[in-house]
Amino acid sequence: MIAIIDYGVGNLFSLSSSLKAVGADTVLTSDPDEIRAADKIILPGVGAFGDARQKLCDTGLDRVVIEEVKKGKKIFGICLGMQLLFEKSFEYGEHEGLGLLKGAVVPMEGKIPVDFKIPHIGWNALDKKKEHPIFKYIKTGDFVYFVHSYFAADCDDSLLATTDYGREMTAAVALNNVTGTQFHPEKSGEVGLSILRAFNEWED
Amino acid sequence: MITKRIIPCLDVKDGRVVKGVNFLGLADVSSPVKLAKFYSDSGADELVFYDITASSEGRALFTDILTQVASTIFVPLTVGGGINTVADFDRVLKCGADKVSVNSGAIKNPSLIEEAAKKYGNQCVVISADVKRVDGVFRVFAKGGRENTGMEAIEWIKHAVDLGAGEVVVNSIDTDGVKKGFDLEMLDRVLNAVSVPVIASGGAGSKEDFVSLFKTLPTVDAGLAASVFHFGEIDIKDLKKELKKNDINVRI
Repeated sequence: MIAIIDYGVGNLFSLSSSLKAVGADTVLTSDPDEIRAADKIILPGVGAFGDARQKLCDTGLDRVVIEEVKKGKKIFGICLGMQLLFEKSFEYGEHEGLGLLKGAVVPMEGKIPVDFKIPHIGWNALDKKKEHPIFKYIKTGDFVYFVHSYFAADCDDSLLATTDYGREMTAAVALNNVTGTQFHPEKSGEVGLSILRAFNEWED
Repeated sequence: MITKRIIPCLDVKDGRVVKGVNFLGLADVSSPVKLAKFYSDSGADELVFYDITASSEGRALFTDILTQVASTIFVPLTVGGGINTVADFDRVLKCGADKVSVNSGAIKNPSLIEEAAKKYGNQCVVISADVKRVDGVFRVFAKGGRENTGMEAIEWIKHAVDLGAGEVVVNSIDTDGVKKGFDLEMLDRVLNAVSVPVIASGGAGSKEDFVSLFKTLPTVDAGLAASVFHFGEIDIKDLKKELKKNDINVRI
């Protein structure tokens, strides 16, 4: 069973549907016991980092997620959900993340050439940096769908794949049981589904 | 590098795709769900669903269809038509839409853009403008292109982006249906005025029209069309091959 954390951020319809399409058993939940009982966790998210972090904190789900992941439970963060895995973000001020991965989330503005539009919206190609179970069906050159204005920097050994948008930018991360994608696998056609399938199949 | 997007647009009325469709091997050609699947399999980068029903029954049917599409097709979906309030945004986003396009509703009440952008993020709000030359000036038309609002189009689009629209669809009434190419002059003006993604609409008649769009205006992000795809005059797979042959970056 995969627990999709429902903390009032964004619309989870497509995510639930795509996981169902790859045969995953999921539950949309904000119940700590259900999260503890699940085999894996998906942390979704759209919107602003600060708001999302606050909501996780208000519901106490941040502590539950951190505890479970530190015990070894597999987690997959999507878009803002991936950004939340890092130590901090500089979106509208400075906010602390869950600190499950090393690195910080920074604005694209000023870090990409001025003729590149922000947000980065659309299909872009992956450059795979290493092997990991969630990327077992992925190869360099596969296209996925991005919508974001901030990106994770200094990810060190968690860097799984990058994409080229005026510079090399973090597209996916994975370090042991902690994984995530900046792009939306639930909106990335067959390539995206294959990542969700791999996450569902992933065993030690 | 980011790719140029190819976007088919489906007008839906009473649960069916309105413009006649004619595909080999596709039995129920007016089924939005089947057509959406066909396009997605052909490599469409995004789908636009336009609700042109007026009745509330039709509207309910539209959201049912949207739900079915979003349960089976996993590419970005934009929904437009009859979006007048934040509650309308909510209604279609809950059924799996990723972006919502506003047109007449935003002309009547521009603060709709601002409210929706605050609630759902700029990336979710698309301003769609029907534009036509009147005495040499680009004017915005409302109500499906029937009513001249008198507003200067470039100013209106800039204003909508300032209010929070994260993407612009420029539909040229002058080239729409003519099938002799996109309105490059109009698009160029818009591209110079805003820094968010711009989607070209109106006038595509051949693959070459898309090539010339992306070659002439390298900063345009996407090309949108309806009937040329529905009638099978342009196959999206072939179109993308042609674009790639011309060194235009596309997802294949």
